[in-house]
Amino acid sequence: MAFAGFMFYIFAAICVACAVMVITSRNPVHSVLFLILAFFNAAGLFVLIGAEFLAMILVVVYVGAVAVLFLFVVMMLDVNFVELRRGVKRYVYLGATLGGILFLELALVATSWTLGPQMSSITLGPVVGTVSNTRSIGQVIYTDYVYLFQGASLILLVAMVGAIVLTLRSRAGVKKQVIADQVSRSSKDELIVVKVDSGSGI
Amino acid sequence: MADLFEGIWWSGYVWPTLITVLLILCIMIPVMLSVAYLTLAERKVIGWMQLRKGPNVVGPFGLLQPIADALKLLMKETIIPAGANPVLFLIAPMLTFVLALIAWAVIPFDEGMVLADINVGVLYLFAISSLGVYGIIIAGWASNSKYAFLGALRSAAQMVSYEVSIGFVIVTVLICVGSLNLSDIVRSQAGGGFWNWYFLPLLPMFVVFIISALAETNRAPFDLPEAEAELVSGYNVEYSAMAFALFFLGEYANMILMSGMTVVLFLGGWLPPVDAQPFTWVPGPIWFALKIAFVLFIFLWVRATFPRYRYDQLMRLGWKVFLPLSLFWVVATAGFLVAFDLLPTGTN
Repeated sequence: MAFAGFMFYIFAAICVACAVMVITSRNPVHSVLFLILAFFNAAGLFVLIGAEFLAMILVVVYVGAVAVLFLFVVMMLDVNFVELRRGVKRYVYLGATLGGILFLELALVATSWTLGPQMSSITLGPVVGTVSNTRSIGQVIYTDYVYLFQGASLILLVAMVGAIVLTLRSRAGVKKQVIADQVSRSSKDELIVVKVDSGSGI
Repeated sequence: MADLFEGIWWSGYVWPTLITVLLILCIMIPVMLSVAYLTLAERKVIGWMQLRKGPNVVGPFGLLQPIADALKLLMKETIIPAGANPVLFLIAPMLTFVLALIAWAVIPFDEGMVLADINVGVLYLFAISSLGVYGIIIAGWASNSKYAFLGALRSAAQMVSYEVSIGFVIVTVLICVGSLNLSDIVRSQAGGGFWNWYFLPLLPMFVVFIISALAETNRAPFDLPEAEAELVSGYNVEYSAMAFALFFLGEYANMILMSGMTVVLFLGGWLPPVDAQPFTWVPGPIWFALKIAFVLFIFLWVRATFPRYRYDQLMRLGWKVFLPLSLFWVVATAGFLVAFDLLPTGTN
């Protein structure tokens, strides 16, 4: 158990340090890389509380897909960040207020079961030893709350269709390959084998 | 008191760590040797397919060629380009190599012969293989060279695209197994020889998986990230010596890993192809290695046979062909299992 506690502090410390580095590092690519490291340590924390399924999904979805797209975009940005930082002072009070409220709310959530003892009934954590957490997550998402889950996925689908509709434009003068045409071509339609008499041509 | 503490220290921490390190070495050394000889096998197989001899000068049948290559790369100077980001430039090849090796922790070589028998083994493998893109994309960016960067961008897009269909293929297999544990996946294919392996009932998914594995490991005909005709050699163009060697080793270790994944998911892992006397005498790890060698041969065979894909065709194949096909097969398999009441009742 001592080892698990030790690992918790390592993961938590690296995670917080990375989060600080995300917002303080000068190079945006470094920011994204620190964000990825933070995701990793969060996954490590999930493993420590016995939620290995969530840990793996966090790595697959956030690190393997979302952060790759972030990195993709950030690497191709050509933004002068010194220029961007010039106006920071104007927003610092607003930002600090919002951050403070958010921090207060998080603190309230995290300490809710000490403030109100009746809240302890809803503290969520994997129940170790009864069912594996893959099965229990499946139970919650696909059986207990299946309609809410379907509703959420419909909203995402609409968002995706909307994004595609907004960005799709048909430009004139672009040649595109029609795969069906190419597949349906055969040598009979395209090739003629002729015996040419010498001196006469076709 | 001190004795007690020392006892716990030894039996609780030091001893298990030593044993684990030993087990890790037992996996790593064969993997590294296979990587070395895979490079030789590749050159030999392609040589034979093109009516050449392949490397045959260093040692008998060219058997010492990989060692000579490794020594050559070891002796060379590591050059860091002036405009490069030195830290990331050196982290990238290490990352590629480490990721290619840590995935082996969950691969079962025989019944119970696995370093970490975790419940979510398949997800772990999937997660690790989806991280492989970082080594390449960081290398491309840190090199500060346009060829490397273009190669990295291509590679990132390609790997993310094909991961989606690999994910669906894995889901199809998992529906049939009812567990995310790799040993359970192999066990569920036991009994009845190769007739019971998943490559037969899920044949289209098997084909999709092999092709996606080629794309995921940046192998021909999907080796656009290093298309030498357009990009010199893609993301690793600025690398030399050991840094280059780590990329190279990582790529080949990934090939072996993807073959291992194919074998576990579709070709019955350590199980013998026929459940009868002479075949069951051969120990499981040998069957496992033979099957991996077979899938690797397909990798090499494809490389010697097919020309490189064009980039838009590659994207079309991934998003417009494989994704709908694998999605359909997930639904079809699930529907079939539910309709005939064949759903596995796994404990996981």
